[in-house]
This record gives sequence, structure tokens and C-alpha cells, in this order.
Amino acid sequence: MKDEVTREDRVANLKGMGCSRKRVEDARFTQGKGNYVDDVKLPGMLHGDFVRSPYAHARIKSINIDAAMALPGVTAVLTAKDLEPLGLHWMPTLAGDKQMVLADGKVLFQGQEVAFVVAADRYVAADAVELVEVEYEELEVLVDPFKALQSDVSLREDTLDADGKAADGAHGPRKHPNHIFKWEAGDEAATDQVMDSAEVVATEEMYYHRTHPCPLETCGSVASMDKVNGKLTLWGTFQAPHVVRTVASLLSGIEEHNIRVIAPDIGGGFGNKVGVYPGYICSIVASIVTGLPVKWVEDRMENLMSTAFARDYWMKGKISATKDGKITGLHCHVTADHGAFDACADPTKFPAGFMNICTGSYDIPVAYLGVDGVYTNKAPGGVSYRCSFRVTEAVYFIERMIEVLAIKLNMDPAELRSKNFIKKDQFPYQAALGWEYDSGDYQTAWDKALEAVDYKGLRAEQAQRVEDFKAGKTRKLMGIGLTFFTEIVGAGPVKNCDILGMGMFDSCEIRIHPTGSAVARLGTISQGQGHATTFAQILATEVGLPADSITIEEGDTDTAPYGLGTYGSRSTPVAGAATAMAGRKIRAKAQMIAAYLLEVHDDDVEFDVDRFVVKGAPERFKTMKEIAYAAYNQAIPGLEPGLEAVSYYDPPNMTYPFGAYVCVMDIDVDTGVPEIRRFYALDDCGTRINPMVIDGQIHGGLTEALAVALGQEIAYDDQGNVKTGTLMDFFLPTAWEVPNYETDFTVTPSPHHPIGAKGVGESPHVGGVPCFSNAVQDAFRPFGNTHTNMPHDHWRIWQTANDLGLHD
Amino acid sequence: MSKKMHVKLNVNGEDHEFLAEPRELLIYALREKLNITGPHVGCETSHCGACTVTMNGKSVKSCTVFVAQANETEITTIEGIGTPDNLHVLQEAFKEHHGLQCGFCTPGMITRASKLLEENPNPTEEEVRFGIAGNICRCTGYQNIVKSVLSAAAEINATKEAAQ
Amino acid sequence: MIPAEFEYYRPASMEDVIALLEEHGDDARVMAGGHSLIPMMKLRMADIPHLIDLQGIDGLANITVENGKVTLGAMVTQHNIIGSDALTSAVPILREAALQIADPQVRYMGTIGGNVANGDPGNDMPGLMQCLNAEFHLIGPDGERTVEARDFYEAAYMTDREDEEVLTGISFDAPSGGYAYEKQKRKIGDYATAAAAVQMTKVDGVVATASIAMTNLSDVPVWSEATADALIGTDCNEGAVKAAIQAMLGDIDPTEDNRGPVAFKRHAAGIVLGRAIARAWSRT
Repeated sequence: MKDEVTREDRVANLKGMGCSRKRVEDARFTQGKGNYVDDVKLPGMLHGDFVRSPYAHARIKSINIDAAMALPGVTAVLTAKDLEPLGLHWMPTLAGDKQMVLADGKVLFQGQEVAFVVAADRYVAADAVELVEVEYEELEVLVDPFKALQSDVSLREDTLDADGKAADGAHGPRKHPNHIFKWEAGDEAATDQVMDSAEVVATEEMYYHRTHPCPLETCGSVASMDKVNGKLTLWGTFQAPHVVRTVASLLSGIEEHNIRVIAPDIGGGFGNKVGVYPGYICSIVASIVTGLPVKWVEDRMENLMSTAFARDYWMKGKISATKDGKITGLHCHVTADHGAFDACADPTKFPAGFMNICTGSYDIPVAYLGVDGVYTNKAPGGVSYRCSFRVTEAVYFIERMIEVLAIKLNMDPAELRSKNFIKKDQFPYQAALGWEYDSGDYQTAWDKALEAVDYKGLRAEQAQRVEDFKAGKTRKLMGIGLTFFTEIVGAGPVKNCDILGMGMFDSCEIRIHPTGSAVARLGTISQGQGHATTFAQILATEVGLPADSITIEEGDTDTAPYGLGTYGSRSTPVAGAATAMAGRKIRAKAQMIAAYLLEVHDDDVEFDVDRFVVKGAPERFKTMKEIAYAAYNQAIPGLEPGLEAVSYYDPPNMTYPFGAYVCVMDIDVDTGVPEIRRFYALDDCGTRINPMVIDGQIHGGLTEALAVALGQEIAYDDQGNVKTGTLMDFFLPTAWEVPNYETDFTVTPSPHHPIGAKGVGESPHVGGVPCFSNAVQDAFRPFGNTHTNMPHDHWRIWQTANDLGLHD
Repeated sequence: MSKKMHVKLNVNGEDHEFLAEPRELLIYALREKLNITGPHVGCETSHCGACTVTMNGKSVKSCTVFVAQANETEITTIEGIGTPDNLHVLQEAFKEHHGLQCGFCTPGMITRASKLLEENPNPTEEEVRFGIAGNICRCTGYQNIVKSVLSAAAEINATKEAAQ
Repeated sequence: MIPAEFEYYRPASMEDVIALLEEHGDDARVMAGGHSLIPMMKLRMADIPHLIDLQGIDGLANITVENGKVTLGAMVTQHNIIGSDALTSAVPILREAALQIADPQVRYMGTIGGNVANGDPGNDMPGLMQCLNAEFHLIGPDGERTVEARDFYEAAYMTDREDEEVLTGISFDAPSGGYAYEKQKRKIGDYATAAAAVQMTKVDGVVATASIAMTNLSDVPVWSEATADALIGTDCNEGAVKAAIQAMLGDIDPTEDNRGPVAFKRHAAGIVLGRAIARAWSRT
């Protein structure tokens, strides 16, 4: 036998798409050899630290840096005055607003950056921060967006016109000095008309509280200005390194080729590391001023108080239906608290992100969405915390409205969902608020989920529990949380998605080496998702070389092709597509080489796993390894030497992953303590690249959902003081509070994505939050509960029980 | 600057001597003076465990230990738990069971788990969850971490039994 | 989070500790494990120019159980408590409580002396020591003295200990009968939303003696004699437990914080106490 290696062996050897390849990143991480930004240590490096405002709203009367400068070891203390000549005391935000880098005359939130101390080490820097004397005059604090819209106090004088009226903003006219934008989608008149004549209308107001992505690694940067060569190198916690390079160039005037941005290993992002923060700018300026490398790494309190928060949406909903439960219309209005500066990280044309996916998985003929953004005395941000832009809010909204409608109709919420799903044959589906859903098979997924958990049995058990409770036999209620979600990820088509004018394509550059190994570089950056593992799997399948022979590199703008980074589950839908397309370019050239080597016509060879074979003569073949070698070592008529390809992929549409989740929860009515008995998560993320990694993403996303639903919040008092500034009060669950999850899947490939993949990292968070919340609320449904706001921590659950008279 | 003191640490079997202010934190001394960057800084208030090292046989959060307190102690960090050629069973298990994602908590997590298994070589799932409850992971949801630790325990026990 | 600078001392004798305390007055503090103090210093909420580390003093980490008397050195850690068979058999409530404090790493460093001496109303051991009617042993320039745990706490972070004194140990009679330490908290590592320590004995089917203390429901631990009295002579029936809870509610004074409003805390305190009594009674 010439060849005892079976085709199956050859497939397995590639470790391509569909297999649970072990992660190549893990060797360094398990041995403590990761390289995070705080591990960067350069000769002569100085440390930066911020003087921050203790007040939420105050005028700065004076700043005296003399005592700080007198401290041995202090190199510089920067204030807005020092940055102003460079035009760097303010910076543009991703949302078209601008933000103070250092307080320019006033402070607008507690923890705002006032001065930047640069010193020999972190200890001296911390001491010097204490020595900077800032005199404040306190101003009226606005923490409530509704009051802010009524107030005579203008938070942002810089946004007023000469008459003191609100000048137009980046997203059009503003109705009040503290108003940022009004954004609308759908048809309000038609929706109102449907509501007015509807058989049944359910309304609800809900607050999706402010929280924070809180990755375990805080944000930081190291800037090193090489004055000899005129080159700036910037290491940092950047989910979008190329965007940072462009912004840094536009701000500093340093040409882009003289800026090298490096995102090394990132200790979790979850949206927190998308934006540009004053610390990055200050470290750059300080390095330019001192001529030495400057490191800035925030501490946890700074991270929670000043870098980008998430959510803070006040949502008012109206949903109409026929008596038998067919939804006829949806109306949603959001008052969005954006804090002191509009620093949301959304595609520029979408100031409320993709909130207009709020019709969810349902065939709703008419809908309207209006969002009013508001300035308050809170930290800026509004990032997508483990979700595509505002999709968590949208899915929470619709999945709560469905429950509220089910109560109004006295209908089972699972049945109500079934009744209204977009049907399989309706895809591609044009939604009322503008999106074209690419694919889906919701009913199949839903039925599978309900059967897996024995939904009918659960409802029967719950009914018995209610009886027992009423009879005084138990003090625990049982809740069944349901969610069917549709995400919208993979931003996105350049025609409607850009950030500061840069189209949201992504990229991959592949170089096959002569001996059949390869390096591929992408415009994205992993923060734990395992790109080095999974993108190599895509390539392995596409080009027929083993994943183990393919190095994936990201995060260095000097080497990686331009891309918009990793957030909003866009890496697989966009950069993953670019990878597949670049791989196909390689394969196309390889086909020509193979045909030449086999002395047949190009069309007479076909790709088979790791080789090209002559059609009908499988014993005649050239492996990709042989072809790679020939590409570099043999003169092939009509072909350039080498085997390289680049793809910049502009996706034709978003992708729409979906899923069906069920949570079973027991709630102690007396203490308010919830206990998660079971959590079942079915995800359809299209083609599955690495099931092990997918499951890991789902476990993680669900745990972040649990945290948000059950206690995690950034809370302020009425003076704008942050009440949850450390991990004592900001809820991050430990292994003790987290259950084991059951995962499941269906596969509905994306029709427009080269490999049919849709993205998965954020689905569990998007679907998980309403599922946990619905479980809590469902437990109290038999006692008259319609809706209570998250987070469902012990006292709030207790309060719900108390309000329903369950403690009497 | 207060006066510096002479500090002696034995880290991963190697003696180190250096000058430090008493207020310097053990985590920064390890990371910045000795370039042992495996342990990380996560929360700085002893909640997250990313900075976990073993000090004189105890799992400690090195962000909440002054270098002065640590003077003349023996410390083991992730770098001392296994070598590239001879990984600790836990390091293998975390790779095998996808017990990590971004990797930031991993050094502290494995260092803590190694101590847990020393003290309780045959833990139940509940004991593992309780035993690593001082270490926060934001990525994995813990399910695969618990799986990794349990599988490492089983493997250690199997090896021991085979040796007997 | 970087603390202000300080002078560090690691004296080898208690005399040296006292001398340092006398020299520096309230500019000096002793430190055991440091897990209450160091975070406060890092947040610059505690400024301590002279820090005296007790780890160099021999004899402060002993656990003895002899003739029904339990003695714990101030430097005994929560981890030591959990691991001590002698303590677990003589005072099982101590282990039950210690397991509910903080997390494994903090328990290796956190000491019983620090936990009781600090005066933090969130700490669990002060209430438990009041429940056990422990005595705290202090040493100062004028020699040694003993204070009952029930007399030690004056207000949050204010205790009967003078600036120049050091708490060296704790002693109490090993309790008999049933026990329970019940604690509601938001997550591992949190202070109590409400916690109850209960010890009781049973004679002839009714409660003969009882001692009950509550944690984090006032600015000091609350040992409630009235609560215990409501149980004595009863078989812990529903009415007796209700009366005990009523009595307890008269003695606590919780404040609102991120764990919840006062009404919730009072309700949770009642639930926690009821469960602690039930468990303790079942163990008599």
C-alpha cells in the first residue's frame, strides 16, 4: 500500500474547522508568561497617575502643583493648561462628541481626570497625587436624566451656541442643553394607529441599570516617544489598535507611519477597552514632554469610576396584540443616560447602537423606536458590555415585553413566543425597524429547548410549588425564566457602519512559507477568545495546511493589516470571513501550481482536504506542502513566485445568531436569596469552528449575565458619589455563586458569510440577562408581579416579595 | 521617601536580596523588582486573587502583603510551579479542559489550586468551588476551571496509586 | 492604590511593642495579618506612620483547649481555627463561623486578634466572642488586663483598648449544647447582611441556657440577653422563636448600605436568627 493514511486521518491532522482543538495560547498563560501591558518594562520608564475629582460637578478655581513638583522623583504634573497649546486638553469621542482629557475649568463626574502626575515610580506618583492642591467650587449635581432635561443647569457649556441655547450636536438638533440627541427608527404614526385600535395593549416601564464590563485587567498604556527617529510606540489595552493609531495620529499630528500601536495580551475586554481614555493621551503627551517612556495603569477604583460604563437605559414599552396573542405592534422609547460626555462606542451613524433590533425574534409588522440621549454628572461611556451595540438592552426590552404581554393575555409565555416567531421561510426577513435578518430557524430551536428541559413538567412542578407555598408548606418559590433572543453582530457593512469615518471592514494577510507552514495577521485582537487557535482552524480547512503549522498574529499595527478590532462579536463574522477569503485566494493560486506540477489543466484538479488531486485519479495529487515548496522554488510559467494573499472583507450584511435559554430558579422569599437550579442554553451561531471554545464563551457570557441580572451595578448617590467602587460592592461572582450550565446547539449557517459562521461570544450575555431576570419575575408572577427592575439582588427580590404581601 | 530596608526573599527556590520601602507591596516587588510577572494585579483590595502566590506554605494575595512583612519568607509563584519541560498536572489540565481564556486570572488560579490540592488531594466539586472562591475569573464562568482542577486531582491520585 | 509611607517595625518582644506604642502614641498601630488594615492604608483611609508587625513575637499563635478552657493567641488565623481538631471538637461554632469569613487566601492571613481588635462592625468574630462570653487579654505599659468581649466595643472602630495596648489573646469556657453560626451575605468574601451566633443547652426538653449575638446590624456587635431570655425555659416552639426575634429586633440598629435598606435588614436579621436557633436547637 502506498498510502495508508486515510482521508479521515488527513482531516484530523489538519485540526480544522469543527474540531475542539486545544488552545495554542494556553502554554504561555498557564506558565505565567503572558505579556500584558503592565508587564511592559522599558529602560528609564516613568509612571503616571491621576489627580481625580472628588466631586461630581464643580468649578475648578485653582490648581497648585508646587508641592507635588517639589517632591523628589516627580518629573512633571500636567494640567489642561499644559495640554491646551497642543490642542489635546479635549479629545473627540467615538460618538461624535468631545471629552476633556484633563479637567478644563470644571469637573463633570466623580473620578474625572484633573491632573496627570509623572514620577520615577508608582509610589512617588501616588504621593505626588496627594500633594496637588485643587480648589473646587461645588455646583448642583444632576444624576437623574429626567431631571437633567428639566434643569436650568447646563452641564456642558461648550455645547451651547452664542445665545446659550443647545447647538446642534453630532446627531442633529437638541431640545435642551442637557439633551444629546434624538434618534428614531420605524414609523411612529403607523405604530400609534395600531396601538389605538388594538384588541390588547400591554405597557411597561423598565430601567436597565448602569453597570460596567470590569475585565480582570484594568486599562493602561505605555507610551514611548523615540525623539531620535520621530517614532511613537504605544502599548495598551486596546480592543481596536488601528483605530487608536489613527486617532493618535489625528490628535498629535504625528504621521500614522510613525506611530506603532501594540495591543499585547489583553486580560479581558468585554467592551471596556474599545474607547480612547485620557490616560492613553496623557501617557503619550508625558512621553513626548519627558522624552522617556511613560506607563499609566489605572487601579480598580479608577476603572469602575471613570472608564466606560454600560447600559443605563430607561425604557418605556408598549406592545399590542390580538386577543389570541398575535403581536401587531411595538413602541419603545428610551431615555439614555450617557453621563458627562457622549463617549458611546457605537458605529457613528447609530447613536443608540443597534437598539432597533428590539423587535427581537418576532414577526412584528409595525414598530417605532425613539431614543433620547442625555448628559448627567456621571462617568461617560455607554459601551457594549459583552454584546453588540446596545443589543443587550434591546433583547432585554423585548423579552420582558413578551412576558408582560403574556401576563396581560393570561397566556403561557413559551406559547406566545411560538405564536410570533419569524418563520423559517420568511428569511431573509425585513424587520419593521430596518434590519434584514439573514437566516434563522427559531421554532426548531425553541422546541428543542423546551423538550430538553421538560417545560410542561416544570410548569406543573411550579404550579404545585405555588399550592405548597399558599398552604404554608414551603417558603421557596420556583421561577422558570425563558428567553429567545436574536443578536445582530458582525459590524459591519461599510455602507452603513463606520467609526469616526473608518469603515468597519476587517482584514487578513496570509503568508505561506516554503516548507508549508504559515503566518496570518488580522486586524482584530483577542482578549481571551482564542483567535490564535480558531482562526488557524479556519485557515487549515481553507488552505489544507495543519492548524498547528499556522501562526496567527494580531495587535501590532506595524505588521497587522488595518482592521477595526474586536468587539460586538465581529471577529468571526468579519475578520473570520476575511481569513476564509484570503485562504481561498491562496487556494486558487495553489490550484494553478498543482495543475502545472501534475501536468493537467487547472480545471482538472480539485481540492481535497490537504491536497489537489486530479479529478478521477486520486492517486495523482500534490499536497499543499509540496505546492508551497514549488511556489518558492520552481519557475512556473505565468505565475509570480511566492504564496501570499490579503483580503479586506466588507460584509454584505450583519449576522444574526440566535438562541433559546431556560433558567430554573428557586427563590427564598424571606431572605431574597435566589438559587439557580438549572440553566439550559441552546445557541445557534451558524457554522461551529471550535465547539470547546464556543462552550467556554457561553459559560463565560452566562456568568456575566448572571452577575448583571442578580446584583452587578454602578450605583450613585444623589450627589453623584459612586457607591460601588471596589469589588466588595461591585458584584463579580466567584465559583461558589455560579452553577454548571447545560449547552446545546442547532446550526443554521449564515447564507452570506463565506463559512457560514455568525459569532458567539456575546450571545450568552445578551440572552442570559433577560433569562435570569425572567426567572426571578416568573417566580412572582402567580402572586401578581408584572415587572421589577434589575439588579435582582437579595434586598430587591425581598422587596418584590414584600410588596406582593408575601411576608404578611 | 521613607528609608529603604534590606529585603530577602526566596522566590521559586532562588534567593533574592534588594532594597525596598517597607510600604512596597509584595506583588509589585515580585513583578517590578524581580521581573516575576506571572502574578497579576486585578483589584488591589484582596478580592480577586489574580496576585495569589504561596508564601511560607500559605496561599496569599500578594497585593495585600507589604514587602516588609514578606521579608525572609519563601515564595512560590506560577513560575515555580512547573517548567516548560515538566509542567504541573494542573497546568496540563487547564489546557486540556479549556480552563482559561484571557489568561489574566490563570497564574493566581493555578497557584491557589495547587495549594488546595496539597491540602485536600481528593476534593469534591463543592470543595473545589469553595477552595477557589478567593479567585475571580471573568471569562470562563468557572465550569471548566472546576473541571480542570478535578481532573488534575484525579490524575495526581492515579499517579500516586500507580507508584504504590 | 498605594499607601502612604511608614516606618516598619518587627519587634521580637512584647516589651518592645509596648515601648514603640508608648513612643508613637496614636501614630502607631500593631498589625497581625494586615487584611483589614492594609486595604484601608492602600485607600489612604488609614494613615499609620509607624507600623508594628507582630509576626516576630513568639507565643501569640497558640491554640489550647485544657480543662474546658479555650485560649487563642491573637495571631491564630482563621485558617488555623478551621484546621484545629481540638477547637472543632470543643467549640464547633468557631469553625462554622470561620468558614463563612472572607475567602481561603484571606483566611490564611486574617487573625482572630485582628478580627476582634479592629472594631469593624462587619467582622464576624466580635459577635461570636460575645456569644461565647470570651475575655480579651490586653497588655500595655501598666501590665496586663482582661476585658469581657461584651464590654469591649464602644462604636465602629472604637474599642476599650487604649492606644498603647495590644490585644494578645482570647479565652473562654468551651461551650456545651447546640450551636449555630448563620450568616446571610451577598457572595463569598462579603460582610454579613445579617448574621447570628447562637449557643444553647437543653435540660429536660427545654432551653436551659442560651447566648445570642448578632453581627453587622449595629455599629457594634449586639449580644442580646433579652433574646436569650425569650428562649430559656421553652422548647424553641414557634411562639418562643418569634418572641426571641422580637427581642432581638429591639436591640439591633442597622443602617442602610449597598446590602439593602433598614426594613430588609431587620427582616433578614429575624430570618437568620430563626434559622440559627432552629439549627442550634436541633444540635442540642
